[in-house]
This record gives sequence, structure tokens and C-alpha cells, in this order.
Amino acid sequence: MWDYTEKVKDHFLNPRNVGEIENPDGTGEVGSLACGDALRLSFKLDEQKRIKDAKFKTFGCASAIASSSALTEIIKGMTLEEAEKITNQDIANYLGGLPEEKMHCSVMGREALQSAIANFRGQEVTKEDYEIVCKCFGVTDKDIERAIKENDLRTVEQVTYYTKAGGGCAQCHPKIEAIIEKVRKEMEKGSPPPKPDKRKLTNIQKIKLIEETLGREIVPALKADGGDIDLIDVDGSKVYVALRGKCSFCPSSEFTLKQYVESKLKEFVSDDLVVEEVKP
Amino acid sequence: MAPEVVEAMLPYFSEFYGNPSSMHFFGGQVQKKVNEARERVADFLGAEPSEIVFTSCGTESDNTAILGTLDSYPEKRHFITSRVEHPAVMNVASHLSRKGYRTTGISVDREGRLDLDELKESIADETALVSIMYANNETGVLFPIEEVGEIVKSSGIPFHTDGVQAAGKIPLNMKKSTVDLFSLSGHKLHAPKGVGVLYVRKGTKFSPFMIGGHQEKGRRGGTENVPYIIGLGKACELAKKHLEDENTRVKSLRDYLEVKIFEKIPNTLVNGDRKSRLPNTLSVSFEYVEGESILLLLSDLGICASSGSACTSGSLEPSHVLRAMGVPFTAAHGSIRFSLSIYNTKEEMDYIIEHLPPIIQRLRDISPFWKDYLKSQGKR
Repeated sequence: MWDYTEKVKDHFLNPRNVGEIENPDGTGEVGSLACGDALRLSFKLDEQKRIKDAKFKTFGCASAIASSSALTEIIKGMTLEEAEKITNQDIANYLGGLPEEKMHCSVMGREALQSAIANFRGQEVTKEDYEIVCKCFGVTDKDIERAIKENDLRTVEQVTYYTKAGGGCAQCHPKIEAIIEKVRKEMEKGSPPPKPDKRKLTNIQKIKLIEETLGREIVPALKADGGDIDLIDVDGSKVYVALRGKCSFCPSSEFTLKQYVESKLKEFVSDDLVVEEVKP
Repeated sequence: MAPEVVEAMLPYFSEFYGNPSSMHFFGGQVQKKVNEARERVADFLGAEPSEIVFTSCGTESDNTAILGTLDSYPEKRHFITSRVEHPAVMNVASHLSRKGYRTTGISVDREGRLDLDELKESIADETALVSIMYANNETGVLFPIEEVGEIVKSSGIPFHTDGVQAAGKIPLNMKKSTVDLFSLSGHKLHAPKGVGVLYVRKGTKFSPFMIGGHQEKGRRGGTENVPYIIGLGKACELAKKHLEDENTRVKSLRDYLEVKIFEKIPNTLVNGDRKSRLPNTLSVSFEYVEGESILLLLSDLGICASSGSACTSGSLEPSHVLRAMGVPFTAAHGSIRFSLSIYNTKEEMDYIIEHLPPIIQRLRDISPFWKDYLKSQGKR
């Protein structure tokens, strides 16, 4: 059985904004019966061009229905420029997270929103300049590239979880691998990874992010000086670390911890973190 | 689990904890009980006690039967099975094709019936083993196993059947059967999860899959899971007693549930051949809704069903069984399965019948395709 959060269960059992708006300003539809899930989104704007009302109809599993319901709640009151910036992660975060295998439900929400905004603006969402990579689920190379960038994906399996691409006959797996390689190269060339969303981290996400930040931002610099750092524990906002190698008896270790490690963790993980050293 | 089974098992966790392989009296008295369980299982299957090999589950029985037989015929490099097998067989087949074996999956029709002509045509000199399930775990469709066996045996090829779903639901007699190897799993018979049996007909070429000590006459190494084996023995004794009940009372509960669901919910399809089906299984598809959603809403009311739809398993496509049958995509994603047992009652069926229609209606009201469908039918 899936380990859904209470919020997912709530939005599945009591979905908000079910229906179709009459004379909507924009509508978008993604998915199909054959694919196993589909979402039809419609919205209406007020005089200030803010989304006054949004409604959905969804065919799909519990997380698809919950993601749709969450999406309508998120976008109400937003301008289209604001709504446009919503990512699938925002939808998943709103629900307190989704099982990774179900992340494609949040992507479906983002795609329906995009398509509805394009519909309002009179733009045609064409797939002409794109190549359909996954023929089973009709997923394009652009869809896959975007999911890799927005969600920091690394494996074909993850791409399938997020976009469904490759979840059918599996013939496109080599193509997906090539796209991952290409996009990741581009990502590495670019500036340091964008600051992650600091708002709602679960404990596990927090620990993971702390580990990643230590590995990326701190360990290399310490190692250059012959030192190292280990994460010992995380308790609420307290991060317990142990300094190793030369750092462990360095007179300026207190400074290293407070000024350097803590400020990096505050920057990349959460503003309220306090670093404490565990002495051997 | 049956309460009688639990009761039979308990002393073997505490009082009688001897190892049946030991020479002392303490192990010896346990050995006796294991043999008694073996006799009970043999009696249930219409087999000789020496033909019973205890395993850890149905999957191990299937793996042992297939890999053990292929090991015995190293020169033969072809394996035949059906397209609707349980993963314990289907994924072994994919494993074999990656290892360079030729594998054939026999098709089924829209009702889930096996294509016997295709089977006849597929058998070749290099065929090492045919493995065809007795009854399908998703639809309950029964294959004509003796007819299949006649075809296979007339070519002198060993024949394995995954009988996990069938055991306890239909009469079995290995003495009169064409089956050489038969897999059975404990929990389908109200024994605990984690114990199974492989029946191996006397004279069948066989190599062990679990290589180890002398246990099970060298056919399955590893210390016996004594309490579970004793539980399974008891469960087989009970299953034999309850067989008639399964085919009369349980079957009529299933039929009642089926008729009422069809009566109360439009756009419903049954999956599988209604003329040849296990008495306790009902697989139905509801058009324009998705199975996982149905299951979670049922589960919220304390009703436990399962699904052949994609989302429950983490896969993205409907089950290989429904796809092999060619169930239309309007319905394939919305399939669920009820498995009944002697412990179910008519009150429980009525409870389902009361709560299922509003659940389907509620999901159809959320589904964008239902209204489209009604419009296309000229209703509103």
C-alpha cells in the first residue's frame, strides 16, 4: 500500500474544486484514458486578472486526484504570471510530498496549468518542434528535459516516475539515458545549483539536503586544508557534526563551524539551523 | 489464518523446538510431526508423501520447478509458458530469455482462455519444460490443465503448473493427473505466509534449487520451518473438508455479489471466462474510473479488494493479464478483484453492494470522461 501523507488522503477523500467552469477564460487537458490518468483544468479571471476560480476533473489514482485538487487551491488568487512559475515540486510540497513513483501526478498538474494558460493567451501548445521519445505515453524530449532540470533527476527510473516516459515497452530507455546525460552536462556547466525551496522540508528531506550541502559546499574546502567533517545527527534545528583530520585540533575550528558550515547550511537548507560540534 | 492452524502451530514455537534432523528424541518427535504434515498435504493433493517437498513460498516452488527442470535437461534450450502467469513464473521466463533461452508465451483470448492450438504448434524437440498456471490469480480463469497436460505429455515433455490459486478451490488428484510438478502456497489455504509446497511426481528428473543439506531428501536444502509446515499440514486437512463449501456457499456468495454489482452499476464488465472460473474470484472493471482510487475508498470502509490496474503496483500500465486479454482501455485501468473465502458472509456482500455504487459514482463525477461518455450517449 502507498504511504500517502495525511494531506494527500484529505485531498483525495475531500477533493476541492471538482467540476468544470462554464465559459472559462482558459482550459487545459492532459493525459488520456489509455494512459491511465487525465486532468481537465479550467479557470476564470477577475478584473485584476487574478485567478478567481479554478476547477478540475480528473481520471486517475488517489495521488492524481489529490494533485489536481491541490493545484486548484494553489493557483486561486494568483496572477497568470505567478501561476506560470509553479513547478511540479510546488504541488508535491503542498501535499507534504508524494511517493517518488507517483511524482508524475504532480507533473500532470503543472502541464495542465501550462496548457490552460496557453489556451487563455490564444497560444497553441504544439508538439511540432519536439520529438516524441516515449511512444507508449506520448512524452516528448522537452517534457523529459524539463523534468530532469526541475527535479534533479539522474536515472531512467526516476524519469519514468516523474514523466511516465519509459514506463511501457521500455524501447526508449537508451534515448532517455542520452537525454539525461546531455541535460546533466548542461546543468553542471551552469552556475551552482539553484537554491532549493526552503519552506517545507520533511526530516528525511532535511537530512538529505544537509548531507548534500556538506558534500558539495564544505567537504571539498576542508579537505583542501587536510580536514574533513562528519554529520553525526540532526535533532530539530540542531545539526551535530564532528570535525576530522586537521580540523579536529585546529584552533579556528569554532570559527569554521559557525561562520562557514552554519552559514552554508542556512543558505542552502534552512534559516533556523544551528551547528554544534560533537567532540570525540 | 484459520484458528485451528494457529493452534496446531503454537506448541512448535515453544514446547517442541527440536530440530527434525537431530538424532536425539527431542528432534525425533518433531520429525514425526513433520512427516504427519507431509501425509496431510499428500492426502490433500492425491499424492504420495514422498512426492511432497516443503518450500518457503509459492514463488520458491515455481522457481525450483522451472530452474530445477531446466538444469536437468541442459541440452534443451526452450521454455513454454502462458502470457498471463504470476510474476513468479513470468519473470523467470524473462530471466531465461536474457540468459539465451528461447521462451514462448502462449496467448489467451478476450475471455482469458488459453490458445491450445498455439501450444501444440510451439512444442519443439528442444522444449525442456512447459509451465502453465492452473488458475489465473487476477481473473480466476481456470485453464483446462488436463487437456494441456495431454498435449505436453504426448511429446514426452515435463509439465509444471502453478496451482497456487487453484489449491483448495477445486478438487485435485495428482494420481489421476498429467501434471509432473505442482506449486502450492500456504497463505492461500489459510496457513501462514512464508510456507509452500512443490509436488514432484515420482520419476521426474529434478535438481534442487536450494542446494544444501539432506533435508527433503536432498531436494531442498535448509532447516525445515517446522511450525509453518505443521500449520500447512493442518490447513490442507481443513481445505479438503471445506472444498465443497467453497464450491457451493462461497460460489453462490460470489455469484450474488456479481449479479448485484451488474444490476446497480452501469458500464461494468467482468474479466474472464464466466464458464470456467474459480468459485471465489470476481474480477470486474468499471469504465472511466481508476482502480487504485476505488480500492482506497473501499479500504476506508474496511473493504479489502485488490486490483489489476496500474497505479496500485507502481507500474504505469494495466496488468499484463488484462493487456494479454485485450480488455479495452476504457475499462482496463478500472479493474478490481474480490477474493472470497469460507469466512465471508452474505452480510458482508450486502455491505459491499451498499457502498460500492456510490464510490463508483463519486469517482465518475470527478472523471472528465464520464460526462463526455454520457453526452455521447445523448444522456445528461
